[in-house]
Amino acid sequence: MSKIAIKKIRVGVASCGVAAGADAVLELLRNRALPFTVEETGCLGHCYAEPLVEAVLDNGESVFYRNVKADDRDIDNILALGEKDRFEIPPKRKSKELIKVLALAGKIDPTNFDEYVENGGYAGLKRALSMTPAEVVNEVKLSGLRGRGGGGFPTGTKWSFLAAKDTQEKILICNADEGDPGAFMDRSLMESVPHQVLEGMLIAAYATGATKLFIYCRAEYPMAIKHLKIAIEQIYAHRLNTVGDRVLEIIIKEGAGAFVCGEETALIASLEGQRGTPRFRPPFPTDKGWQGHPSMINNVETFGNVPLILREGAEAFAAIGTEGSKGTKLFALAGDLKNPGLVEVPMGTTLREIVFDIGGADPDKVKAVQTGGPSGGCIPVELFDTPVDYDSLKKLGAIMGSGGMIVIGNDRCMVETARYFLDFTHRESCGKCTFCRVGTTRMFETLERIVAGQGEMSDLAFLEDIGPKIRAGSLCGLGQTAPNPVLATLRFFRHEYEEHVKDHRCEAMQCDAFVDMYLDRAKCIKCKLCIKNCPIGAISDDFAIDNTKCTKCNACKEICPKKTIFRVKKGELL
Amino acid sequence: MNRKYEFLKKIDPETSNLIKGLQAIQGVEGYVSDESISAVADYFSVPVVEVEGVLSFYAQFKRVKPGKHQIAICDGTACHIKGSTQVSEWLTFELGIHPGETDKSGLFSLETVACLGCCSLAPVMSVNGRVYGTLDRKSVVKILKEYENK
Repeated sequence: MSKIAIKKIRVGVASCGVAAGADAVLELLRNRALPFTVEETGCLGHCYAEPLVEAVLDNGESVFYRNVKADDRDIDNILALGEKDRFEIPPKRKSKELIKVLALAGKIDPTNFDEYVENGGYAGLKRALSMTPAEVVNEVKLSGLRGRGGGGFPTGTKWSFLAAKDTQEKILICNADEGDPGAFMDRSLMESVPHQVLEGMLIAAYATGATKLFIYCRAEYPMAIKHLKIAIEQIYAHRLNTVGDRVLEIIIKEGAGAFVCGEETALIASLEGQRGTPRFRPPFPTDKGWQGHPSMINNVETFGNVPLILREGAEAFAAIGTEGSKGTKLFALAGDLKNPGLVEVPMGTTLREIVFDIGGADPDKVKAVQTGGPSGGCIPVELFDTPVDYDSLKKLGAIMGSGGMIVIGNDRCMVETARYFLDFTHRESCGKCTFCRVGTTRMFETLERIVAGQGEMSDLAFLEDIGPKIRAGSLCGLGQTAPNPVLATLRFFRHEYEEHVKDHRCEAMQCDAFVDMYLDRAKCIKCKLCIKNCPIGAISDDFAIDNTKCTKCNACKEICPKKTIFRVKKGELL
Repeated sequence: MNRKYEFLKKIDPETSNLIKGLQAIQGVEGYVSDESISAVADYFSVPVVEVEGVLSFYAQFKRVKPGKHQIAICDGTACHIKGSTQVSEWLTFELGIHPGETDKSGLFSLETVACLGCCSLAPVMSVNGRVYGTLDRKSVVKILKEYENK
């Protein structure tokens, strides 16, 4: 028979896949007696299509199936290579993406050492070991790689600082404390290609003369920690941790949930078992870090780039990107768009291309994008032609950050969004610097008042006054960037603030203080679902909503089959 | 040392492992009790006040006994934009408890977390570490029912 058969099946079981039900699909597949293997793999970056199953054919091609349900019908469909639910990368997205760092994510079993090696893994380390440490540092310098954690400091230069130290103990730390809400690039990398991150660390250790390697990973990422632990055991078994004349120890430390620990000196304090408060720099960690030893911290994605540079050469790496920002960048794309997921694009790709072409967002329904999480700023749709690189985003009062990108739709309130970010930062402020501790709290309280309908015009001036002071009066990145979401929204969406204060109106109908629930009785079919579902009994038997009782929980609006219930301006339609 | 805390001996008693020790306690007992704070202080030879200081700094540590089923509502940016405030309201209404509390029967406890990293499935919550995505009111109620009967 010449019929093409399935050689193996891969199921994406990274955290997003499992959340969508991939583990049940995997179990169902494994319960079938199949003549081929069913393997686990990582994240392909197309979260909207999860659970995603790949059937690898014996002619080398692959067929993908999207949103697979854990039932026999969907499984049979895959095994018969049916036409239903086939998945292909949207062509528009394919044309804009450039997959380098994520090349193996979702293609190999993250816990399988051999598969990584067969696909070019550890070739970078091998080449590095054939060079002198100084040559490796120089190679990274030439590549133009800048820190992917958000700061954008030139990586090669940082490496040269540590390499120049002449001490017995030197510490290398991988910052995997991805505490920025809305970002999951590092999680995906660690879950899907843990060896790539570790290979980058080993190369860095060789180049800088480091003796001890730490990975500081947030405890909320159990799968990443599990995969890293397995990978480290494999590295030990293959003696890859012997670089030059040193045998390296790789230690995973779990963070305990503090955003500020993404800051270098706070991270080191936490690694030492203390409260994670930052300290004054200098001395910089490369002079005096973990327990007084020279220490260097790089982000997960930075390390993930290093094997590529060594494998393909600095020139090939520097050929991608813009003048000041080389290579590709991962973005975690989420929010109000059709195809959320993990994307990789060359530096310099415009926001328009990322949000609309790749993310499939509706141009008529988007008003802004938030980059850099709580430390970043929102950029309005009018400025979407901005190329994404370190310097262009900074000019707009936003930052590249680690790569979280949240698309904000027309039906979201920007004042409430700013309030949300300040709620986060004022709670996460470690309390050491007065301006950050008190200033972010005052900012948050002011925003709370505005969304509750008690704001005054003087509040806006207050926010604009205190913002730069918090920036100037804080030791670390948390405080220095905390005012960004407020200042950026005030700059680009000032009319929304003014509307809240002057007209007691929230254009997006999101702020409960300015909203009534309204049931259009002319269109109502009297099915009573809203009455049954109202948690507090605010809807009468003749379908009138008592807005003094109503908590605006939207339960009725969601359940109504005819969409007859709306959020309207308070007092307007009663 | 209380035999209950013998599992600490697997950890090297140097102070840089203090957080690891507290994580081990919480891993076994589900929370960090007053009694276990004293045990940790003893084991790592640091004052109780220092253990308290570290403990209270990090959001991960719980000081009250959690329920049998632990619900974490994600309030990351993507989830917030997609309505995590309402997910929280629905849960509070169904369970009669607010984030940070455990219900009277000890069946459910509720907390809000910064980000579960499943932003593309927002809004999400996790129950006992298993993540549930694209929540609406109906699915939230259904998930609660499932765990009630477990």
